[in-house]
This record gives sequence, structure tokens and C-alpha cells, in this order.
Amino acid sequence: MNEVWLKAPKVDRRFKADDRVVMAHGGGGRMMAELIRGVFGHHFNNSLLAQAHDVAVMPQPAGRIVVSTDGHVISPMFFPGGDIGSLAVHGTLNDVAMGGAMPIALTAGFIIEEGFPLADLDRIAESMGKAARDAGVRIATGDTKVVERGKGDGVFITTTGIGVVPDHLDIGPHAVRSGMAVILSGTLGDHGVAIMSSRAGLEFGTSIVSDSAALHRMVADVVDAAPGTALLRDPTRGGLSSTMNELVEGRPYGVLLDEASIPVKPEVASACELLGLDPLHIANEGKMICICPPEQASAALAAMRRHPEGRDAALIGQVVSDKPGFVRMTTAIGGMRVVDWLSGEQLPRIC
Amino acid sequence: MKYVDEFRDRQLAEKLAAAIRAEADPKRIYNFMEFCGGHTHAIFRYGVQDLVPDNVNFVHGPGCPVCILPIRRLDDAIELAERPEVILCSYGDMLRVPASKRRSLMKAKADGADVRMVYSTLDALDIARANPDKQVVFLGIGFETTTPPTALAIEQARAEGIENFSVFCNHVLTPAAIRHILDAPEIDPEQAVRLDGFLGPSHVSTVIGSRPYEFLSDKYAKPVVIAGFEPLDVMQSVLMLIRQVNEGRVDVENQYTRVVTRMGNEKAQDLVAKIFEVRDTFEWRGLGSVPDSALSIREEYAQFDAEKRFEISEKVSREVKSCECPSILRGVKKPKDCKLFGKACTPESPMGSCMVSSEGACAAYWTYRRAETLAEMALEAAE
Ligand code: SF4
Repeated sequence: MNEVWLKAPKVDRRFKADDRVVMAHGGGGRMMAELIRGVFGHHFNNSLLAQAHDVAVMPQPAGRIVVSTDGHVISPMFFPGGDIGSLAVHGTLNDVAMGGAMPIALTAGFIIEEGFPLADLDRIAESMGKAARDAGVRIATGDTKVVERGKGDGVFITTTGIGVVPDHLDIGPHAVRSGMAVILSGTLGDHGVAIMSSRAGLEFGTSIVSDSAALHRMVADVVDAAPGTALLRDPTRGGLSSTMNELVEGRPYGVLLDEASIPVKPEVASACELLGLDPLHIANEGKMICICPPEQASAALAAMRRHPEGRDAALIGQVVSDKPGFVRMTTAIGGMRVVDWLSGEQLPRIC
Repeated sequence: MKYVDEFRDRQLAEKLAAAIRAEADPKRIYNFMEFCGGHTHAIFRYGVQDLVPDNVNFVHGPGCPVCILPIRRLDDAIELAERPEVILCSYGDMLRVPASKRRSLMKAKADGADVRMVYSTLDALDIARANPDKQVVFLGIGFETTTPPTALAIEQARAEGIENFSVFCNHVLTPAAIRHILDAPEIDPEQAVRLDGFLGPSHVSTVIGSRPYEFLSDKYAKPVVIAGFEPLDVMQSVLMLIRQVNEGRVDVENQYTRVVTRMGNEKAQDLVAKIFEVRDTFEWRGLGSVPDSALSIREEYAQFDAEKRFEISEKVSREVKSCECPSILRGVKKPKDCKLFGKACTPESPMGSCMVSSEGACAAYWTYRRAETLAEMALEAAE
């Protein structure tokens, strides 16, 4: 597995600025081959993909294998701080990383709507290629389908990631004990607010960009520094509140958070205020929660803070035996409340 | 790194809490009604009750526009929505409120009625412009805060000659409801809680000012403090109420001076008065018929009045039988007194309006205090 990235081969990239995806691009014929070579091959370019096979063959690694898959259907497709391509890479890499694993390869399936601009597809593929390269992970194999106009929404991307988890780690809700520390790797709500700020009909000026980032390197350092790490989670859809509620549901422990120590950027806080949303309910794409024994908390925090994506890491609460099954929070003014799941959709207040 | 708003500062909160503890007389019980659902929400969202002593009680009032709309009016709205020529526009919260026979606007929509969620009355006007062959009806609900935007839309529709727009008007008035709650003990002493003062609404008061509450101190000898929506505003207002009670004063005080004046927003009041008039009586869920408590559209604007434009049938409307919303809205019962709370009734499948709106008491208890509430209920059931 020495040679990883190939030099870009000379391929024919003769599409014009206003070319669009047509049904034939998914038809299995020459046009499809050209699309795959000219767009995906060009940007993903690596030795696994170059096997030009329907399967990618790789040597068996040491340790246990983890697999995770995730579909990406985000709208708008391009947003401040990223796009559907980088998100499809980061999202799945992070799912793999939350198993405590080091990702080794990704696969990517594209469902493209007829009429989608080739230039946009190229931009997305370029961004995926870059995200994967920056993360040091290869996109090993892929699939392309084209659906009739009106039967899709631009592009859907499904990525599957595989990774390897060292034998000594034992990560999962079963390993969580009351008294453990809850650490968050940075500010909440950046991704969701960046998306909302660019959504048609809701545009508002904000300098917030998505936090979309691959976290596996930070994870590797954290589990190294805090080998007793019991749980890693990325608070994506539904935000921190859903992640925490999922964790405690039906378990013999609860979580007590401290609102005042949860980092939220002032711009995100004011956008939430304006829209009547709670930052705890908003999606993140480059943040993680680490639950570890209290005596390892400062080592885990320090490990996070060594990485740019963990700069604002903070100890935000602890696992408790009181009120098992509930996530509760000491509020900013010192009161107490339950932190609920996001229920239904969030609606702006009317009064 | 931390985000600390000056209105949510922990140290300030602790200072206020200490002052409240020091000044609240332990031999007394202080029952203060926060009229407005916005306050209920803030109290629960920040756990304000954890910072005040046990003898200071918040009684949750009926100031939640979604909660107090009687089922009958909601059934009427569904009937309007089901007319093939109608597009019914509503604020989002209304869509999930259960109507008679377990219907809701959402279910009507799923069954094919054209129901659209809007963020403002002007969105509804846009829909009317874009669909000249349809009748666009705006479901107007809310207190004095949401009335001016409805008035504005009617004014605009008239100016532009938009003929396919009308309003199903359910706008209600705060002071009349407070008066009604205070008169209730005379009607039925069992059905009322003793109130020692009111936290006055903030947004409503920006429109109507503090003057309309003066009857409370003059005629009913009840202290009022108009309070902002931030948790520290609420705490400071509680302290002001405690002082009034301790000193035997009954004044209308204004804690929210950064926004509210005595006279309010007179321009908005004028616009509202031009288009609406006071109904003799209006049905409130929980309170029953309340005199002079709601608005209807004036005769001069009758063409924009959905109640006049469409024939709405007589019907018998039914609430879910064991739903305690009516007593909860009067402050007589708490959500834990409802058998359905957290069992058949949750925000995902609400049985009553108080569980739908984020400003409703049941939703507030469920969302922010259910660990404690369910434990209390289990304890009471065991006894
Ligand atoms: S819990 Fe549900 S059913 Fe019971 S009073 Fe509240 S809204 Fe009505």
C-alpha cells in the first residue's frame, strides 16, 4: 500500500461550460465511461480506483474492521464552508472515526438528475477528491446512476467507509459509567446555521461557515491520550440534544450538561435567537463528543486542542446516576431543565 | 469562548435570587400569574423556578394564542380549508393542534386540502397574488402583537385591489382576559386560584403600552409588573412584585422600560382601530365566553372578512374528554394533574393545544421539566 496517489493521467476532459448530464451518462456506454474517467477518475485519482474494476482489492489490515454508510441529500448543494462533495467524505469518515477507527477507504455512489450541470458535478467531484486526499483516505470504487429529470434533486451521494479499530479499544454506550466526563470538541451549530443562512427564502447575512471537517486524526490522538474513552459521537442531525438523548435512552445513567460551558459562537447564538432555534438542536459536521473517565479528561481535552478543529474544546458536563434516561442541564442562570430531543421541525415563533 | 448574554448572566441571576430569598416573607405564599406563554417558556427554558424560594409560585396564564383558540373555531378553519376553492394560510404552530374527531389542519392537508404554512401575513398576500383563481384565507390568531400585521395585510389588499384575500379573524385582547380571570372567583370560588400579582406581557405591551393594565391596580388591587422576556427580566420583575406585596402597594410598574412605554405604539393602535372592532363576546378555550375580549373586522372592510365571505356551517365541536387544557389555562390545574400527560399526550402526538405550542404549559413541562414531573406523578399515583 505504498503508492497511494497517482499522478493525474492524461484524460479527455472535453466537456464545455454549459454541458449537462444526460441519461446516456448513466447508460453504461461510452458516455458513461467518459464521465467516470473525465470527472471522477480525474479528481479521485488513486491506485485503488485505477484498478478499474468493479471491486477494489486491498490487503487485510491488522485490527478489527468497521464499516459505515451514509446518504447525502443536502440542499443547497454549495454552502459557506463546503459542499455536498466534501460533506459526503467528511460525514462518512467521521462515522467510521466515531467507532474509534482509522478510516482506510471510501466508496461513493452517485445518483444524478438528468440536466444537472456537468461543471457543478466536476466541482463536487473535485471537492470530494480534495477532502479525501486531505484526509489521507482513498475513494476506492464508485457507482453512477442518472435518473430522469424531476426524479431526483440534483445529486445524491452515498458514501461507505471502512476503517480499522485497534483491538484494545472498547467504545460504545455499554462502556459508559456514571461519573465520566463529557467533552465537546468545539462550538455548536456552525454547520446548521451556515446552511440555513444560504437557504432560499431564509437568507440572512452571517459570516458563519460550516464546520464540516474530517475528525479521525483528532480521534486517534484522543484515544491515545485517553485510552479509557468509552464513547465518541458526532452530533450531526438533531444536534447535541439528539446525540445525548440517544445515548441515555433506556440506560442506567443520565447526562448533566452545564449550559455556561457549552461553546457557541456569538453569531450562531444571535441567528438562533432570531429564528427561535436552540443551538443544542442544530446540526454539526465537524464536532465530536468524547466521554471518558474523569481522570483522563484533561488529557483528552489537551489532545483535542492540539488540532485546529478542536481548538475550542470544552468539558461540558458529566454522566450521572441521578435521573437515569434523562439529559438535563444547569442553565446559564443556574436553573435546571431537561434537554429534549428536537421534536418535529423547528418553527419560528409567532408571538 | 463562552457566549454570555448580559440578560442571562449567572452572577447577576444569583444576586437577584439572593435578593428574592432575602425579601420574600417565608410566612407568606406568593402566587404570581405570568399571563404570557412567552414568559412561561422563558421560565422553563432557564429553570427560573429553581432560583426562587418554594413559596413563590408561577401560575401559568392563558397567554398562548394557539392554546386558547376554541376547538369550534379550529373546526371552522378546517371547514374553510376543505373548500375546493380555498387556500388556507396559517402560522406553523396551528397546523398540529387537534380539532374535533382527532382532525387537524395537518390531517386536512394530508387529505388534500390546500393548507400552507406562512411566516407572515405578507406571505399570505403573495400567495393571493400568485393564485388569482383561488380564495386565499389567512387564519389570523394571536394577541395584540400579531394584530397589526394582520391589519396591514388587509389595508394592503384593499389598496392593491386584491379581491381573493380574506382573514378568518381570531385576534384576542389581553386585558379583557385578565379581567375575566380575576372575576372568576365570584362566579365559582372553587374554580380559581388566589393571585397576588401579574407579570405583564412584554411584546403585547410594546403595542398597547402599560396603560391598559391600570384597571388592575385601580379596580382589583392587584400589582402588575410588565416584564421582559429574558430570564433576568423575569427574576427582576418577581422581585418588584414581592416588594409591592410586602409594602402593600398596588401599582402598574414597568420593568421592561427598554421597550415598553405607557402609551405603547400609537400608530399600530390606530391602524388596528381602523380595521377592527371589539366583539361583544368571544369564546376562549378554558375561559369560556369572555366579554369584549376579541376583535372582528369592521363593516367597511367586510369584503376581507372570511366569516362574511363564506358560509360556515353550524357544528358541534368536541375536545378530547380527559384533556385538562381548560383548567390549565385558568391556572387551576397543572399539567401533572392530567392523566394523559406524557402517556397519550406528547408533543409528537398532542391531544390538546397546550401540548402543541412551545408557549403552552404542557409543552413547557414536558420539554423542560419532564424528569421531575413524571417522578412527581409516579409518587402521587403510588399514594
Ligand atoms: S397533557 Fe395533553 S391532554 Fe393533558 S392537558 Fe395537556 S394538552 Fe391536554
